[in-house]
Order: sequence, then structure tokens, then C-alpha cells
Amino acid sequence: MKTRKINLLFGEIAGIILSIIVLLPFLLVLFNSSKKSADIVISPIKPPTNISQLFTNLGNVINNQNFSYWKSFSSSLIITVVSLALLSLFSGMAAWVLVRNKKKWSSVIFMLFVAAMVIPFQVVMLPLLSTFRSLSSFTGIQFLSSYTGIIFAYLGFGGSMSIFILHGFIKGIPYELEEAAWIDGCSPEGTFFRIIFPLLKPVQMTVLILNGIWIWNDYLLPSLMLGLNGRIKTLPVAVSSFVGSYVKQWDLILTAALLAMIPIIILFAFAQRQIIQGMVEGAIK
Amino acid sequence: MNTQLKRTFSLIEIIVGLCAMAFALYLDFTGNESSYRGILLAAGLVLIVAGLFILPTKKHRSIVNVLFLLPVLLTFFFTVLNPFILGIFYSLTDWNGIKFTKFVGIGNYITMFQSRDYVYSFLITFLYTILNMIFVNIAAFALALLCTSKVRGRNFYRASFFLPNLIGGIVLGYVWQFIFNKVFTAAIAGSQSMLTDPNLALAAILIVSTWQYAGYIMMIYVTGLQGVPKDIMEASNVDGANWWVALKRIKMPMIANTFTVCMFLTLVNSFKQFDLNLAITNGAPSRILQGKAVLSTEFMALNIYKTAIAKNEYALGQTKAVVFFIILAIVSLTQVSINKRKEVEM
Repeated sequence: MKTRKINLLFGEIAGIILSIIVLLPFLLVLFNSSKKSADIVISPIKPPTNISQLFTNLGNVINNQNFSYWKSFSSSLIITVVSLALLSLFSGMAAWVLVRNKKKWSSVIFMLFVAAMVIPFQVVMLPLLSTFRSLSSFTGIQFLSSYTGIIFAYLGFGGSMSIFILHGFIKGIPYELEEAAWIDGCSPEGTFFRIIFPLLKPVQMTVLILNGIWIWNDYLLPSLMLGLNGRIKTLPVAVSSFVGSYVKQWDLILTAALLAMIPIIILFAFAQRQIIQGMVEGAIK
Repeated sequence: MNTQLKRTFSLIEIIVGLCAMAFALYLDFTGNESSYRGILLAAGLVLIVAGLFILPTKKHRSIVNVLFLLPVLLTFFFTVLNPFILGIFYSLTDWNGIKFTKFVGIGNYITMFQSRDYVYSFLITFLYTILNMIFVNIAAFALALLCTSKVRGRNFYRASFFLPNLIGGIVLGYVWQFIFNKVFTAAIAGSQSMLTDPNLALAAILIVSTWQYAGYIMMIYVTGLQGVPKDIMEASNVDGANWWVALKRIKMPMIANTFTVCMFLTLVNSFKQFDLNLAITNGAPSRILQGKAVLSTEFMALNIYKTAIAKNEYALGQTKAVVFFIILAIVSLTQVSINKRKEVEM
């Protein structure tokens, strides 16, 4: 019993030390965002002496023309929220149709989506740009450097995995439920929206979290489609273009990094359990 | 009467929609660049969809099926399927990102394998992938053991180990660039930054990717370890198995599946590493290889990106991307076949 206690104590000490090591980079960001450029040069390790410098730096970076925090933050938010809403709705609809029609065409389409999950973004990114360019000139709708285009792209890329996860879940919903609604005179679309869609809530959580973290943090797709200095910038793109214009000005760069991290850290503080669970479930499926 | 009204109404909607789309296309072919062309097209589509939706017919269920599949299929076709097929085709031409003039067969593939920087990046990516797989899984498994033991504060440890994984690789990469260039050199006075030495720069990326990714893989191991039945662990305790024996003989064999999942997940994700690579080193520093300089930490994803975007060699970049895809496809097929074999055994 006594050795057990000692072992647990060792575990606790290890846990605390490891947590500190893992969290240290975040602490360093906070420390150095609260310093003047010259103070970082003197020592990047020492805690800041004057906290008010943090607010000076935050003010400078938020209003900086190259970063324009609130603008990039809202662009990221619009892209993420609209993509997620449409993704969960459209994938749910498609997955339901694919599950409830046991025909050759439905299994072919499903297999197509499953196979597409292997395709890395790199192999489609260059032709994607030319495809979207021709789509723009053909339809007259702007696909590159526009919200429409990037949300369209996220629906295409996020659709496969979302359908795969939802497909597995809908298979487990008893068909009798739908038959009963059908007999009571409910239309197929009514059956889906009133009965099936509400039942998808727990699994939609996984879909939303997995896609949400991916879309919010994604860099390559928005940097190619929106451009590094385009009209619309997501947060990762804004950070990257900010770093490009203020090379080695670490007080500003780290403040920008801090601003880019804060939204997710706040979200994580409130929905920690759901986020971890959603991401792990998505990986296992 | 009511159905009759509905039918007329829906037919009118469909016809108006068709006209709107046809007119939009007519504007397109006449080269009219008016800004309402796109809106007209979209509005036409919406009208047709709405019309089909309320059209009273026996085929209503089939219409719903098609309309429900349409959004995903449409976006999937234009963002994945069409670019994918085009991409394979472009890799066989002299495509410059906008148009191609001639078919070059496997010329791009030959150029690619003859170029020193590509072969190097190919090898360094494999090295990085294997090392990262080992480091991440060892760290993650050890952390998972810690977080499933009875220590106090384990929920806090879990959350803090998981946190780096939620922040984008680009932002974290810049933060770590600062840590390597400023903090470490200040902490060990007079030392050179790790990022100036080819081998240490690779080690630096490995440190960051393990730091970022281990918490995620840890949670998958935690889920696996929590699935080990408690009565088996108690029985082994009664039988006098110590901690190490219980781990080696019971826990590890029982979560063999979790090991496979985690191995493949880290394998694929390390192989696709891009964000950290771009933000921490951007390929630098150079390494002298047979008298010529190559970028020492340029992994395949970054190499593809730079070939196309920075050097403007789109066809060559696309060719590299196709090979990149083939390797990933082989890995995935291996994983599927391993899983199938396991299912048969069970």
C-alpha cells in the first residue's frame, strides 16, 4: 500500500512537470507579448515587468493594416460557421438517402466518398484552382477569393468524411421509425427533417468538431484560394502574411499569435470534454 | 383542385427557372460580362429545385433522393473528383497552371526522379515519418498510462497535453521558431540556434510535432486503455502480477487494435506534414550534397507547394503530387487489408 502511494506521488509530480513543459510555449507567448521589442532582446525568458505593455501591443496589432484582427476573425468565423452548418445539413441528407436506398448506385456513390478520403489535398490543389477559375468564368459567380468559393470547397472536401461518419450512425437507426411516419402520411423530406435529423445530434457533434477544428486552422486551402494579401483573410493566413511583413519583430508576431490562439483556447475551456471526445471518436471511426 | 393548383405552380417555377438558367448561359456565350449573370444562374437553379420539390407526382421520393444528394455530389465533383482526374492528366503534359500546349508522357516523372532536391525530400520525408511515428507513439502511450492511473489532477494533465493539438500548425510553427531562435539560444548562452544546423533542424521539427500531436494520440490510447475490463485487471492483481507484467501481458495485447489505429494515423499525418514545416524552417538550412546545395528539411508536401507556387513549374509540382498520392494510397490499402485480416481472426 505504501509503495502504491509513493508511485502515485511520482506520477503526480511527473504529470505536473510534463504539463508545465507542454504549456510552457503558451506561457512564453504571453510573457513576450507583454514586452517591448528591446526587452525581448535582453531576455526572452524573464517574466514581463510591465503588464500594461501587453495592452499596448494588443492595440497595435489589432489595428495593424496587415493583420486587421477583427476583420480576419470575422472572416474565419463566417467561413467556419457557414461551412459547418451546410456540411452537417447536406451530409446528413446525403447519408440518409444512401443508407435508405439499398441499390447498386447508392453503394457506388458511398464507396466513391470512402475512397476519396485517401486523396491528399496536395494532389488536387493545383487543378482545383484552374477548375474554380473556369467555373467562375462559366457561371459568372466568383469562386476564387470569395466566401462562396471557399465554402463550396470546404463542402466538397469535408463531405466525404462527414458522410462516412453519419452513414455509420444512420444505419443503426431502426427503419420502423420511418415506416410509422410514412404510414401516418409524412412525406420523405418531412421524415428526414422531423425524425431522422434530430436523432443525429450526438454524431453531428463529432462531425462539427472534427470539421470545425480543421477549417478554423486550415492554412493551405485559404492561402491558395483567397491569396496571402487578398480581400478576405482567415486568421492563419493573416498571421502568416503578418509574419511576412514584420520579419523578426517578435513582440508584434507573438502578440498576433496570441490573438490567433485565444478564440480556440476560450472555446476549449468551455467545451473541453465534447471537443476531446469528438476528435477521438472521429479518429477511431 | 388543390393538387392541380400545386402542379401548375410548380411547373411554372420549373419553367421560369429553366428560362433564367438558359438566359444566363446565353449571356455567357455572347460574352456579356454583366454582374447579374451569376445571380440569375443561381436563382434559376433554386427555382427549379423548389419547383421539383413541390411537384405532386408519384415519383416524389426519387426526386427527394436526387435533390438530397445533389449538394454534396456537386461540390464533391468540382472540388475533388474533377481536379483529381485533371491532375493526373496534367502530370502528363507541360501544364503551366492555366493551359497546356503538348503531351509529354512520363517526361515529368523522369525529370522528377532525376532532380536531386526531390529525391532528397522524398528520403527526408520517410526518415521524418518513421522517427515521428516512433516518438509520438511512445510519448502518447506513456502519457496515456499516466492519465489512466489513479493520480490526482489527471483531467488537468489530459487537457493540457491535448491543447497544442487544437491550435493551427502555422501559428504554433512561428511560436516555436521564436523559441528555437531566441529562447533556447538565450537559455544556453552562446549556443547556435538549432535551426541553423541541418540535423538539428530536423530534430527541432520532430520536437514540435511530437509536442503538438502526442496529446491527440494519447487520448486514443486512453480510450483503448479504459476499454480493458476492470475484472481482468483485478484478477491479475490477485494473482500477484506486478504493474509491469500486467502492462506487458494484459493491457498491451488487449489494445493491439488501438496500436494499429494510432500507428497508421501518425504515419499518414506525419507524411502529410506541411504547416509546421513551412512555419518553422521553410526547408532551411541548406545541406551540401555531392557538391550541390539542397534544402535539408523540405518535406514532400512543401516541396510540391514550392515547385508549383514559388518556381511556377505547375506540371512538375502536379507530378510530384500524384506520386505523393500513390504512396498514401498504398499505405491506406495496407491498413485496410490488415484490418480485414484482424476481422477474420476475430
